[in-house]
Amino acid sequence: MTTTTQPRGRRDAQATASDYRPGPDGLLLEVDDLHVEFHTEDGVARAINGVNFDLHAGETLAILGESGSGKSVTAQAIMGILDMPPAKIPRGAIRYCGQDLLTMPDEQRRKTRGPEISMIFQDALSSLNPVFPVGWQIAEMFRKHRGMNKSDATAQAVRLMERVQIPAAKQRVRAFPHQFSGGMRQRIMIAMAIALDPAVLIADEPTTALDVTVQAQIMALLAELQEERQMGLILITHDLGVVADVADRIAVMYCGRIMERADVLELYRRPAHPYTLGLLESIPRLDQKGQELSAIGGLPPNLLRLPSGCEFHPRCRFVQDVCRRDRPELTAVVGAAPGRESACHFSEEVHRG
Amino acid sequence: MGKYVIRRLLQMIPVVLGTTFIIYAMVFALPGDPTAGKCGDRGCPPAVVAEIREQYNLDDPVPVAYVKYLGKLATGDLGENTYGIPVTQDLAQRYAITGKLALMAIAIEAVIGILAGVLAAIRKGSFLDSLILVSTLVVISVPVFVIGVLAQFYFGVRLGWFPVTVTSRNPSMYQLLMPAIVLASLSMAYVTRLTRTNLAENLRADYVRTAKAKGLTQRRAIGLHALRNSMIPVVTFMGYDFGALLGGAIVTERIFNIQGIGGYIFQSINHRDGFAVVGAVTALVIVYLIVNLVVDLLYGVLDPRISHD
Repeated sequence: MTTTTQPRGRRDAQATASDYRPGPDGLLLEVDDLHVEFHTEDGVARAINGVNFDLHAGETLAILGESGSGKSVTAQAIMGILDMPPAKIPRGAIRYCGQDLLTMPDEQRRKTRGPEISMIFQDALSSLNPVFPVGWQIAEMFRKHRGMNKSDATAQAVRLMERVQIPAAKQRVRAFPHQFSGGMRQRIMIAMAIALDPAVLIADEPTTALDVTVQAQIMALLAELQEERQMGLILITHDLGVVADVADRIAVMYCGRIMERADVLELYRRPAHPYTLGLLESIPRLDQKGQELSAIGGLPPNLLRLPSGCEFHPRCRFVQDVCRRDRPELTAVVGAAPGRESACHFSEEVHRG
Repeated sequence: MGKYVIRRLLQMIPVVLGTTFIIYAMVFALPGDPTAGKCGDRGCPPAVVAEIREQYNLDDPVPVAYVKYLGKLATGDLGENTYGIPVTQDLAQRYAITGKLALMAIAIEAVIGILAGVLAAIRKGSFLDSLILVSTLVVISVPVFVIGVLAQFYFGVRLGWFPVTVTSRNPSMYQLLMPAIVLASLSMAYVTRLTRTNLAENLRADYVRTAKAKGLTQRRAIGLHALRNSMIPVVTFMGYDFGALLGGAIVTERIFNIQGIGGYIFQSINHRDGFAVVGAVTALVIVYLIVNLVVDLLYGVLDPRISHD
């Protein structure tokens, strides 16, 4: 974990002074007891049920979880791009440099999107507008946030396209998204997201739609940009392999809650939550070739009717009566390295192995 | 692009030849004497009949007569109608009126239709949305001659806001306004619904989410990013509709006594005025083909994923 005391470096010549200053230890983002519900015809789906985490400059936090665990909703709540309604945030705070984004006036919050907090999405083809040239879409950031004229903004777009290693950027600035390969499109998304030099970058499954070799290139690029700009990076993924390479810390999500939080190596070495354990065991391994692949039995519960007690208990192999009755809070794991937290009645036992 | 245009223009030649031949054959090869009834109850004197037969090449077999007609057509001569007026002169006059009416109608349907569609889409499920849906449904289900006559009666006769009929051969925009609204009403309803459906769908698109994540205003995310994509089918529809409008609107023209191309063709068919019919239809076909080509080219401009190489 990085706890740099240096102020967030604004490295770009074009960068204007930000109104936001990170905390003394580089604290950028604090998510505090965040709840998100979706009001549907069938009832209230509780997508996020009390998520807490923080993010420092230069740090990579991975949020890991299967589909429907609330990873993307968390990201979109931070960005403020959830459709409300049907979504509702009944409780919680998202503080960026000490200021609560949720209580901020809409117009002030809008201006944080791009220059302060930025996001890249999973499917770059559908996330880029098909009818505008890619250069135009990158340049739009400079034109709308910085009031730059068209030619200066386009020059900036070319510079960014070169930075994310798009070959022949100058010629391709006028090309349309469908004229690029999947990897190149994701690079354009990244260029657009880092255009205004944000302090926080959220990457929502940035490599899921890409093939493995391209995945590695994109992750390397993200890591490089993060290092260069000292961004706080939130990496949302379900891919344990991706996480191991780049993340500093991991938060494992299940049913809209963080089940376990740890430094990346610690977590891989000795999981302290049965869900994490199940996830790690489900990774195919070469030395177990021919054996049946281990998987977590059952399905995630319906968010409209969450189970009593611990959300994971219907699928848990260590389940006891107490798990059906009481919901365990996310607390420090006894006997583990500092900073390790798990929401399990038996975290100590699981951690011991 | 250039190659595409040339190919499309070349493709027009067989289409024009085919349609003109069919219409020519239908007018001149049908049973019945085209000279009958031209001079009232007593019939024409033999000399006049001979002159008419000579003028329209009626003594030649139809294919030969058609080729002779084509020969003149190639020089821009569409012949004369039964009143001895050159068909080209008629068409020029009628097209000036029809063109004006069509432009007004397309402008009305674009402005009101898109505006109503956008309002309905961004307030989907609201009272306004329902109101727009129901009113467009009414317009779609009521035939144009009912709308036309009702509008004429209420706004023309009762309220006196507009002239009841068009009396001029060179009508002003004000005179054509009510007919243009009536003419636009059906397509306006379609444009509204097309805009609403497409925009409502595109508002959920990933690139609109990206636009919001870029910190753009709601106005820009919807009004530019989503709307630009939603306009592709709408503009295409309006393009073809414009082609149809240039073909004249027989019903609306008759209700409001507009001397447009639709009425001209109707009148000429009634009078078995051969050259007038063939000439007008030929012009119509060519205009329609050109409008179609322009729409197809426009489609490529609006949606860069479509290429004309």
